[in-house]
This record gives sequence, C-alpha cells and structure tokens, in this order.
Amino acid sequence: MRANPHTPTSSRRRKKTGRRHPLATVALIAIGLVVTGGGYAAFNSSTASADTSNTASQSSIDQGKKLFLANCATCHGLDAVGTDNGPSLVGVGSAAVDFQVGTGRMPMAMQGPQAEEKPPQFTDKQIGQLADYIASLAPGPSIPDSSLTDPDGNAANGAQLFRINCAMCHNVAGAGGALTEGKFAPNLRTVSPTHIYEAMLTGPQNMPVFNDRNISPQGKKDIITYLMFVRNNPSPGGLELGSLGPVSEGLFAWIFGLGAIVALTVWITAKSN
Amino acid sequence: MAQDDNSGTELAAAESSAVEHARAGDPGTAVLVEDAVQNPGFPPHRQRVTDKDPKKEKRAERTVYTLFYLSIVGSIWAVAAYMLFPIESGKISDVRLNTLFIGLGIALALLAIGFGAIHWGKSLMAAHEGIDVRHPVRGSEDTVNRAVEIFREANEESGFGRRTLIRNSLIGALVAFPLPAIVLFRGLGPQDETPAKVLSHTMWAKGTRLTRDPSGTPIKASDVTLGSVFHVIPEGLNEKPNMLEEKAKAAVLLMRLEESDLHVSPDRKTWNYHGIVAYSKICTHVGCPVALYEQQTHHLLCPCHQSQFDITHEAKVIFGPAKRPLPQLPITVDADGYLVARSDFTEPVGPSFWERH
Repeated sequence: MRANPHTPTSSRRRKKTGRRHPLATVALIAIGLVVTGGGYAAFNSSTASADTSNTASQSSIDQGKKLFLANCATCHGLDAVGTDNGPSLVGVGSAAVDFQVGTGRMPMAMQGPQAEEKPPQFTDKQIGQLADYIASLAPGPSIPDSSLTDPDGNAANGAQLFRINCAMCHNVAGAGGALTEGKFAPNLRTVSPTHIYEAMLTGPQNMPVFNDRNISPQGKKDIITYLMFVRNNPSPGGLELGSLGPVSEGLFAWIFGLGAIVALTVWITAKSN
Repeated sequence: MAQDDNSGTELAAAESSAVEHARAGDPGTAVLVEDAVQNPGFPPHRQRVTDKDPKKEKRAERTVYTLFYLSIVGSIWAVAAYMLFPIESGKISDVRLNTLFIGLGIALALLAIGFGAIHWGKSLMAAHEGIDVRHPVRGSEDTVNRAVEIFREANEESGFGRRTLIRNSLIGALVAFPLPAIVLFRGLGPQDETPAKVLSHTMWAKGTRLTRDPSGTPIKASDVTLGSVFHVIPEGLNEKPNMLEEKAKAAVLLMRLEESDLHVSPDRKTWNYHGIVAYSKICTHVGCPVALYEQQTHHLLCPCHQSQFDITHEAKVIFGPAKRPLPQLPITVDADGYLVARSDFTEPVGPSFWERH
C-alpha cells in the first residue's frame, strides 16, 4: 500500500538516469519509501494520540494489528470493518477494546445470546496493543485516566444516578439481573472501576451508551464511588442472599421459614417417646 | 349441652356413648348409615420414657428449666447488646451488629419460652388419652323456643314492627351516616375535573423541553448519540409542588436508533427526530417503569411482568401481559437545538381505566 504512490515517481526518474550511478534508483526508492512511510506512520500515530491519552507507538499498533489478524479478524474482518458474524470496530475506540478483551468477553468462545465474562486471553500489554491498533483506525472513546475512575466522588449523587439509569437492569445493589431471551445484565460486584467506566462510555453489547453528555465524567465517577461503597460496606440488613431482592428472599422464606414451621408443627404434635 | 366443658377423662370413661348421644340431639345434619365404621377406641396406652425412668424425668425437668433460664439470658443479652453495640457512629457495620445481636437476644428469649413450654407439656405433664366431644350445632328445643320468644317480646315492647315511622327514620339515619366519609374521601381526589381527564393528560405540552432525570438540564439532539438512552422528565418538573404525581405520568425514555431501523406509521412521520424517539416509561399493563432497553435488539423489557416492547415497531407488544403499545411522545427540536415535545401524549399513559377507550 505504501509503495503504490511511488512507483510512477520512480519510473519517471529512471528516464533521466544517463549520468547517474546505477544504484541511484534503488537508493532513491529506498529514501522515498522511508520518508513517506515514516511520515504516514507519524501522521497515523499523531491522530491516534489526539484521541487517546496514552500515546500509541507505531510498534505497539503493529503488534496490535498482528494480534488482531490472528485472533479477531475471523469475525470482525481483515481491516476491522466487520462481517456477518461481528460488527465493525472502526471508531469503537480503545475503551471498547480494553473492556471487551480485558474482561475476557472477546474473543468470544462461541456465538450465543451474549458474550460472557471469562478469564482474559491476553496479557495487559497485548490488550494495550490491540487497543492501540483499533484506536489508530478512527477516533473513538479512549481508556479513562485513573483520575476519572478513582472512587472518591459523591456516593449519594452516584446512588441517585445509578438508581435512575442503571438499577433497572443491574439491580440497585449492582447484583445484576435477567433480560430477554437468555441475555442478562451482569453482576457489578467484581468489575474493576475502569471497566465500569468503559462500559458506560461504550455501551457493550445490549447495554445502552451513556455518553459524557448524558452522564458527565464526574457523574460516572460518582456512580463508581457508589458501587465501591456498596462493595466495601456490609449490608445493614445482615445476610444479603445475593442482594437479589424478593426472588432470593422469597425463596429463603419459603424453604427455611415454612420448613421451620412445618418441623415445629410435627414436633409439637408428635407424642413424646 | 355442656359436653365441651367436660375434662377428657370423664368422657373417655363414657366411651362412644357420648358421641352417639350428641348425634341423637342433632337430627338432620348427621347422615346415619347402617354399616357405619365402628369407633375403634384408643390404642393401648403407652408410657413415656419420663414415666418409666426417673432419671429421664429429671433430665427433662432440667431441660425445661434450663430453657426458661436461657430465655432470661436472651432478654438480658438483648438489653446489653443495645448498649454494647451502639449505632451512634453512623457506620453501616455498626447498625448491622446492633440489629444482629439485639435480634438474636430477643429470638432466644421467645423461642426458649416456647420450646420449654412445649417440652414441659409433652414430657412431664400428665399423659392420658381423652375425647372432647364436639358441641352440637343446634341448641335444644327449649333454647330455640326461648330465643324466638325473646325476639317476639322485644318487638312487642319496643314497637319496632308497629311504629314504622320510627323504624324507617332510624334506617334512613343509618344509611346517611357513612355519607360524610364518602364525601371526605372523594375530596382526596382531583376536584375540578373528572379523574379520567387527569389520567388522560400529562405535563407535556407543545414546546416543553425534554430534560435529564434528575438534574432537569435540557438535552440537545446532538447529545443523543446512537445507542444512547436518556431518562427524561419534562422541563420544570422539579419545581412542581406535586412533583411525584406529575413524574409518575410524565416519565419518558429517550432512545436513538438508526433511522433505517424504525418502522414509522404514516401519521407518526414527524414524531421522531433523526431516529431519536421518546416513549412513555409507564407500562401499559400495571404501570411499572419500563426501562430495560437492549440497544442491539431494540427491545424494551418491563421488569415486573416481563412485557416486551419493540421500539423499532413503535413499541408494539411482542411478549407478556401488556395489551397496548407504550404511548409515543412526539418530539422535534427548537431553534437552539434542544429537544422539545410537539404536544402532550396523544393517548392516556399507563394502565387501563374504565373511561379509557
């Protein structure tokens, strides 16, 4: 691809080579290639760095592309524009890659109702390289800085935002819940703050997008603060039973509550031996 | 008459004749068959271990009073726990310990009394079988006649049947008595218009800006990126004195889909803005907030009874008990680029009521 624009140039120069050293053409082609290729790379990484907080080096992007071609291109296409089996990744940004690959959702084990969390297949470094490659394709949301994800915001405001925007699917304590046709909103108790932030920003799979104009970065930080508060503080009501509300509590009451009443009734009415 | 007052022993001695006697005094309710099952009587009396073995008896006694003492310990512990685990620090972990230990103390106090009393009754109190015969439903002839006589006398002496003017005015007074309650309770409802009209209209009006819940800041059309969901309240809702009542009707969910995914009916051509659609968040089944939006399937799920609405087909019901699609709020943008309502909902939001057609 890089060599294409230079072929006519070099052929034009070849016509005037009467006095020159026979190797001059080769040298010129080499110089031309290095200059334009380097410029292309510099331009590429400068657009990428405009949108990502981490400056992505060309070698990182190249490594990421190799990983992408080997692991992702089957479904997402050779240049990440998507196929029938997977969406286009142009413009999804490094945040989406870090979330999907960092939580093990991608690469998917198989097509199903939704990609489920599993141990990540790549090291943090490789995930970073993949993210750099995808971010180099088109501008998109970048991996949030730790100043945005540290849980030192306003937990009360975060709780209100969480109740309004998130709790209907993820449960008010972040315990997760069922959706339609085998899909579900996952438990948030073990998700890292960075991944929570990235999920809000990019809307993975069936989760809607909550962009910065909807929930401001400070609001997202407050939501993370609330979730960390719930995670680090015990439930005031004692046994949480998975924080699932009436489902698990009702089941507990039916089995253990009624079971105890039945056992007591049997004991009271049985004759003493 | 007073068979139920007899203690079990006497009746046990009388055996089945007591049953026969009771039946005889109650004709008409018992079906007497020729080959009725014979009363097999009691199984042979079996002595309990506490009757036979004085050691076991002593042990049972010890168990019972230990349980009662445990109950005292539980009660005292509950009082002590109230002081030992204060909640003044405001920390949730402290509240939890306080609740846990007071609860354990009270539960021990009550359960130990119960277990002790039952164990006492079962293992130590006198054990002999007996029958308490069921009370006949109908009284004796004398009682019945006497009751009829009392009614007749009362009627004669009070003149209830004779002085019809007094009787009818009393009935009238009793009928009128609950009327104030009905009027007072009616006063809790909407006053100047019929309740049906109140249910049919919400805060939305032409030009009302769509604002974020809970901050109340207006939303620009450009803020709503593809796949976004905004939880929306009408502008000025937070300043309303009856904010919650209005919110319960006016809550809206704003979503942006690819325009090509929307199947818009001809009369709703102008109701969406470049794929941004707004639907009532109140389920048409029983009014739960429907907000579980899946951005890829474009399905909206109600968490209460699993009704599903297809946003690409104007919130058509595709599963569950809801009978009608969610009402759509017609929207457009104003001169500043903010999303505004074109009008109120064109149909009542939420579940059915009598006057809804």
